[in-house]
Amino acid sequence: MLRRTLLAAGFTVVALSGAVAQTAAPTADNRFITVSSTTSTTDSGLFKELLPRFKAKTGIEVRVVSQGTGQALDTGRRGDADVVFVHAKPQEEKFVAEGFGVKRKPVMYNDFVLIGPKSDPAGIKGSKDIAAALKAVQAKGAAFVSRGDKSGTHSAELTLWKVADVDIDKDRGGWYREIGQGMGAALNTASAMNAYVLADRATWLNFKNRGELDIVVEGDKRLFNQYGVILVNPVKHPHVKKADGQIFIDWLVSPEGQKAIADYKINGQSLFFPNATQPGA
Amino acid sequence: MRETSSILPLQVCGLSCEIDGARLLENVSLDVATGGLTALIGPNGAGKSLFLRLCHGLLAPTSGTVAWQLDGGRRSGKKRHAMVFQHPMMLRRSVVDNLIHALATAGETRGEARRQAVAALERFGLAPLAKRPARNLSGGEKQRLAIARAAVLHPDVIFLDEPTSQLDPGATRQIERMLTELIAEGTTLVMATHDLGQARRLARRILYFSRGRLIEDAPAERFFTNPASPEARAFLAGELVW
Amino acid sequence: MDSGNAFVAALQLIAGFDPDFLRVVALSLRVTVTAVLIAALIGLPLGALLALSRFPGRALVIVLFNALMGLPPVVAGLIVFLLLSRSGPFGPFGLLFSPTAMIIVQAVLVLPIIIALTRQTVEDLWREYHDHLTSIDLVGLRAIPTLLWDGRFALATALLAGFGRASAEVGAVLIVGGNIAGYTRTMTTTIALETSKGDLPLALGLGIVLITLTILINAAAYGTSRIGIRYAG
Repeated sequence: MLRRTLLAAGFTVVALSGAVAQTAAPTADNRFITVSSTTSTTDSGLFKELLPRFKAKTGIEVRVVSQGTGQALDTGRRGDADVVFVHAKPQEEKFVAEGFGVKRKPVMYNDFVLIGPKSDPAGIKGSKDIAAALKAVQAKGAAFVSRGDKSGTHSAELTLWKVADVDIDKDRGGWYREIGQGMGAALNTASAMNAYVLADRATWLNFKNRGELDIVVEGDKRLFNQYGVILVNPVKHPHVKKADGQIFIDWLVSPEGQKAIADYKINGQSLFFPNATQPGA
Repeated sequence: MRETSSILPLQVCGLSCEIDGARLLENVSLDVATGGLTALIGPNGAGKSLFLRLCHGLLAPTSGTVAWQLDGGRRSGKKRHAMVFQHPMMLRRSVVDNLIHALATAGETRGEARRQAVAALERFGLAPLAKRPARNLSGGEKQRLAIARAAVLHPDVIFLDEPTSQLDPGATRQIERMLTELIAEGTTLVMATHDLGQARRLARRILYFSRGRLIEDAPAERFFTNPASPEARAFLAGELVW
Repeated sequence: MDSGNAFVAALQLIAGFDPDFLRVVALSLRVTVTAVLIAALIGLPLGALLALSRFPGRALVIVLFNALMGLPPVVAGLIVFLLLSRSGPFGPFGLLFSPTAMIIVQAVLVLPIIIALTRQTVEDLWREYHDHLTSIDLVGLRAIPTLLWDGRFALATALLAGFGRASAEVGAVLIVGGNIAGYTRTMTTTIALETSKGDLPLALGLGIVLITLTILINAAAYGTSRIGIRYAG
């Protein structure tokens, strides 16, 4: 009786531990690097395409922590990543200048698109002038969702408001909604509120909960979005996996890595355009 | 089987106990020698239970002493007196495991404890209940188990606090049979009871308590036929008239 | 929102034995079971000790642990993050963004629950058992094994409550685990990620799996307490 009762009492825990013991831990490979990157590279599915190829070639597992660009750089600054892979050139250069990174290398670009509801309350659909479009959004007081999270996309958005000659700190009103979250969350919010939102094309193409949203402005040169990759400085953080991190960076900018990036397509559309060799990128 | 050096006699001297400013026991002195059953009787609140608890060491007295022949009522470091309570407290285990727990606590090895526990269950007629959860037993069964749990340690003295007050006459009889056996084996029993018939049937000696004082200490036969104190006489009369 | 799609997605995940999905579920279980076991190993004796000991400030400690039962996971996550970060005191161990970090943070979340409930259970039992255990000379710390064993049904419920809190939690494991695909991605962080990608059916499908698991665990907790009542009265 006692034994039976105990069996019953301990059943859950035992069963769970058993189940866990069965499914052994994932790859105990000790060769890995940690990369802090932006939400767009993960959410767009790019890494899912790149990393298995890289691992097959080098045997190095890449563990990607995806955060906003600001946070991803912070992660590198604290030494919690070996490589940062982000898109906000001024911040990246500052990161290197402060001695946290060894050297910034351009990898690829994609572009931002302005997303908005099909009803288009600002009347900007089809425009190729992002400055005029944003100005119209502000003038009409049409709902606009901002990441507000110091990410690369957020800082790009702030730059674009300046280009549009809108002082967003002063001219903001109830129509301007900062959510302090990632790209996906911003798109979900915009979808729910039928608001305009600036997004990177890759995340947009991968985004499924579109509702009434569609691209309203695209193709303006000012919407280009450059990605760079940086090895965290082993002088600041001696544990950084310098060699393996460098192998990853070298592969990304190599012809093979660049081709892999170009090959990643959704519905026949390229999401990222490699430009490691372009001067000044 | 009883060892020669007993912890008895027990010498109680000037025992007083105050709880929250109320004087519940007042200057009680007496000796308990080996053998037989000593019954504590008296009205509610007389201090019978408290007296047993003090003797057993569950409480410390305000003043006075409880002295055993052997230091602290222990022999080779082991407590040689046990107690059975009015409401038997059963561990959340089977009947046999309740006995094993007591034996293991007293220092028996697991195997030896099991062997002795099974033997005790046989002896007290509890063997059929061995695997039942102890807390699901009837009141009478629980009290028999509680007495077995005390007796299995072979103490020199067992204190019993109204062990049959909650039980029907049949169960009371079974308990009394167990107590008679224990007495016959030489275990000394000290028991509080409200059942005068029971005291008559079992006791060799009566301690009559009232309002915290020991009023009368007499051989049972004399106490029931001719109590010395007017209080005891009134108590008996009240009971007997009823 | 098409909840029919979500349900189909959930069924496909389960029935299809999708390796990524199984890995996520297995990791979630491994992390949470380990965290609860560690918290139990520390919390059961500590809770019992707290129940039986008397010292100045004891009431304060009890209130503290009761309050910590509601410790916001994000705060726990942040603290563990700062401790484990390469720039933090335990940085040299390189534990951040690993399953170990998630185990630590979940153990931190579960520990107050186990301590507080153990303290309550053992204290109640001790009040009930005091006379008998004192009678057989089983007092002080030596009484702890008996009290823990006899409180086993109530304590099992406490462990399952801890399991429930840990397995449902997302904020803390996201911060210290980093939600790395195939390495620190749990059910809850996957749900958060899929939601952010707008793949609501998949997110809800995983949610259904998680809820099912939670229901099973609660059923186990209920069953345990029923057995306990029958057995222990």
